[in-house]
Amino acid sequence: MTHSMAQPMIQLLAEGGVTAPSLPLIHATLFVSVVLFSIGMIGFLTRRNMIMMFLCTELMLQAACLAFVAFGRLHMDVSGQVMVIFVLTVAAAEAALALGLVVLLYRKKETLSSEAWSELREDVK
Amino acid sequence: MDHALPDSRGRFWRRLALAMPIALALTASAVGLPFGQEGTEAAEHAANQLNAHAAHAGATAEQLAALTKVLPQQAPGLSWAGWILGLPAIAAVLCMVFGFLKLRNKLPAIVTVLALGGAFVTTFILYQNYESPVTVHLYDWIRLDWSPGSTTGNGTLAAGQSLIADIGLHIDGLTLFWMLFVTGLGTLIAIFASEYMESDVGGNYARFFGAVSIFLLAMGCLVMGGNLFLLYLGWEGVGVASYLLIGYYYGKPSAVAAAKKAFIMNRIGDLGLLVGIYLTWRNFGALDYDTIFRAIANGSTGGETAYLIPYFLMLGAFGKSAQIPLFTWLPDAMEGPTPVSALIHAATMVTAGVYLIARCFPLFLLDPNALPTVAWIGGTTAFLAATIGLMQYDMKRVFAYSTVSQLGFMFLGLGVGTSYGAAFHVFTHAFFKALLFLSSGAVMHGFAGQLDIRKISGLRHIPGFKVVAYTMLVGCLWLAAIPFSAGFFSKDEILLVALTDHTHGNALLGWLGLFTATLTAYYTFRVWFRVCAGPVSYVPGDEHHGHDDHAHAAADHHPHDDHAHAGGDDHHGHAHDGGHFHPHPPRLAVNGVLAVLAIGAIMAGIPGYMSLAGGSNWVKKMIGDSTAVAGVPDLSSASGHAGHAELLGMNAHTLLLVISFGISIVGIGGAAYFHLLNRKAADNLKQSLLASPLTGWLPRALENKWYVDELYDGLFRLPVRGLAWLLAKIDSYLLDSGVINGIGRVPAWVGRYFQPLYNGVLQGYAVVMAGGLGLILVWMMLYWIAHRGGAS
Repeated sequence: MTHSMAQPMIQLLAEGGVTAPSLPLIHATLFVSVVLFSIGMIGFLTRRNMIMMFLCTELMLQAACLAFVAFGRLHMDVSGQVMVIFVLTVAAAEAALALGLVVLLYRKKETLSSEAWSELREDVK
Repeated sequence: MDHALPDSRGRFWRRLALAMPIALALTASAVGLPFGQEGTEAAEHAANQLNAHAAHAGATAEQLAALTKVLPQQAPGLSWAGWILGLPAIAAVLCMVFGFLKLRNKLPAIVTVLALGGAFVTTFILYQNYESPVTVHLYDWIRLDWSPGSTTGNGTLAAGQSLIADIGLHIDGLTLFWMLFVTGLGTLIAIFASEYMESDVGGNYARFFGAVSIFLLAMGCLVMGGNLFLLYLGWEGVGVASYLLIGYYYGKPSAVAAAKKAFIMNRIGDLGLLVGIYLTWRNFGALDYDTIFRAIANGSTGGETAYLIPYFLMLGAFGKSAQIPLFTWLPDAMEGPTPVSALIHAATMVTAGVYLIARCFPLFLLDPNALPTVAWIGGTTAFLAATIGLMQYDMKRVFAYSTVSQLGFMFLGLGVGTSYGAAFHVFTHAFFKALLFLSSGAVMHGFAGQLDIRKISGLRHIPGFKVVAYTMLVGCLWLAAIPFSAGFFSKDEILLVALTDHTHGNALLGWLGLFTATLTAYYTFRVWFRVCAGPVSYVPGDEHHGHDDHAHAAADHHPHDDHAHAGGDDHHGHAHDGGHFHPHPPRLAVNGVLAVLAIGAIMAGIPGYMSLAGGSNWVKKMIGDSTAVAGVPDLSSASGHAGHAELLGMNAHTLLLVISFGISIVGIGGAAYFHLLNRKAADNLKQSLLASPLTGWLPRALENKWYVDELYDGLFRLPVRGLAWLLAKIDSYLLDSGVINGIGRVPAWVGRYFQPLYNGVLQGYAVVMAGGLGLILVWMMLYWIAHRGGAS
């Protein structure tokens, strides 16, 4: 199936219909990716709301996806895009699971704060 | 099953359903074993090669001339002889299943008796069909061959280049002779035990008979096996069975200690046997008797280490047959049930050492000093054990020491070269010693475990014990070797040869043997006069019969228990209830077996009479038809070579008869005076000996078994315990506290440093993760910069 879907794209590349982007464009795309990742990471580190933390992880995932696409385009290789499809699929499944978990955790303690969950911490003696 | 309660009936069927597939599988694997032809061609090929080899060999040594006559032929048609081993194996498996089912009836005894009886009948049929020595190949077993150019296990038999041991039988006169009395006595003693052990009906009953079946299987393997590996397999098998049966009352610490002692002391001997087998293989390149003896018959003397073979084999024989220095286990082995003492520790297993030397007799000619060593060890053991027997008060222990002593006589016989005398003595001893043990077992059974000869008297006047008392008299007379008893013929055959042999000081051993025989007559009749004669008096022992606290409950299940008492008493002999003790006389199975054994003991003298009449006798013919006669060329002639010998200027036969009369009268007369007519005199004598400092050591040393156990404790057990203590300390302080715990502390110590990281704040973990990622990034960039710089 992948084969039949990828065929026109490869043809397109082979015929020179799509050319590799210029280096500044790649730089710009990667810059956006880095910014997205940083926003996600900073948000994850600073927020205590579990839903927000979850959204931030999604943000970081998308940053990685963007980098994949950019590098795929740089090397004229569809593998980057294929990887993104995989990441999106996994992310969708993960989102379903994570949101469900968050709901369960909320039901237990009536709060969304991640600080409420620290039973397994090691008390420093 | 009849006695199972209604609510346990369901459990029984469930257990049966569970056990039957196992039983069927095991029985099928035992029955379905093709006692057949596979590998026969291979074996025939090997045999042909050997025959061809033997044919062109030159002159054989003169003293081995007899050996070539008794070398076996292949006999594939006799493979049914494997059932002699197969039947006890099936019985052992079935007993295991019965034990698992917790049967509450005597089925294990019935199965065992049938199997052992079947084995005896099979042996007897084999004996009827026996013409000349044969080997029977049953299966291929171990076939390793690394000789150059060999593809199968039947290549060249170059020394040290192949290791071949097949499951096969070596059937000659010696084998048949041994198997006839082993299976015959095994059957009789199993019948005796079916009554003797009945207080244990339930799981333990099956355990007992299972172990007896295993013993018979292993003994058959030992005696009939066609090579030294099978002999070793059986050798260890009888050791295990002996261990299991000595430790049968495993609740009793002394029984457990005795079982361990027997097993460990036997292991020392077994190591010698194993080294001996290895050396045999190293020197002769084969393990089967056929090949080894053919090589010897062709004049081979093995390699440089061949002279060591007899000494190592001897060590094995001394361990199993309780000779100096490994004899102390046998008296302790009397902790086992009495039928076991009779079967294993008197009649059959302990004669395995004698069998080993008789079977491997040609190997014992490899060193000129080997047989004299056997003779001296045997002679001194006979004397030492007899002296200990003088002062023991436990009936079974007296008989145990007499067993050690009689085994010493057998080794003396082997050592002076009369395998016939040794084997004949094994045969007669098996009967009268089994008889003595079983009758003392009947006494013990009847008097709640009482074995002290000072506490029972006048047994022959107690109702119900007449058979026991008089069969015991037969056993005692035979052990004392009164003239014209079976014991006399066999013992005097040995002593005659020893006395007329003037090499290696063997004549000295003969005189020592005569003195030992006097002591034997004395201590044997000391027991009989104390226990069976004299005024009636008894103190019961402190046990329920059969050592089992459930004895009463179990026995009550048996309706036939109640009508069997000659005295008509209801409590059948329990000391604890109400202070009234009634002896518990034996019933049909015990009395019947005792009578049969007494008759057997009397009949065992027939070969002696035949010999006396100048004809050849059965035992001599059987033993003469085996490799045990190598080196004794004139044994096959009608009269033994000692027959015409002179001793002190008289005909040795006549003189020895006179001497035997004398020693019987002295021994029995002494016992009659001290233990029947004037019992106080024995105590007075002992007191006067003890009173004098010059002689006081003697009774003390005798009563304490010459302190041999204490000597071994000091020589071996103390140093080993000290070493064990030291190693335990090293283990607990250096290894456990130091190395092991030290390594164990490292993760804890590392963890203590990283503990603050695990503070339970999710963002904290994320920061550490991000920081780690950052560090990796920085390192990668530095790496990249450095290498970019280098590349440009």
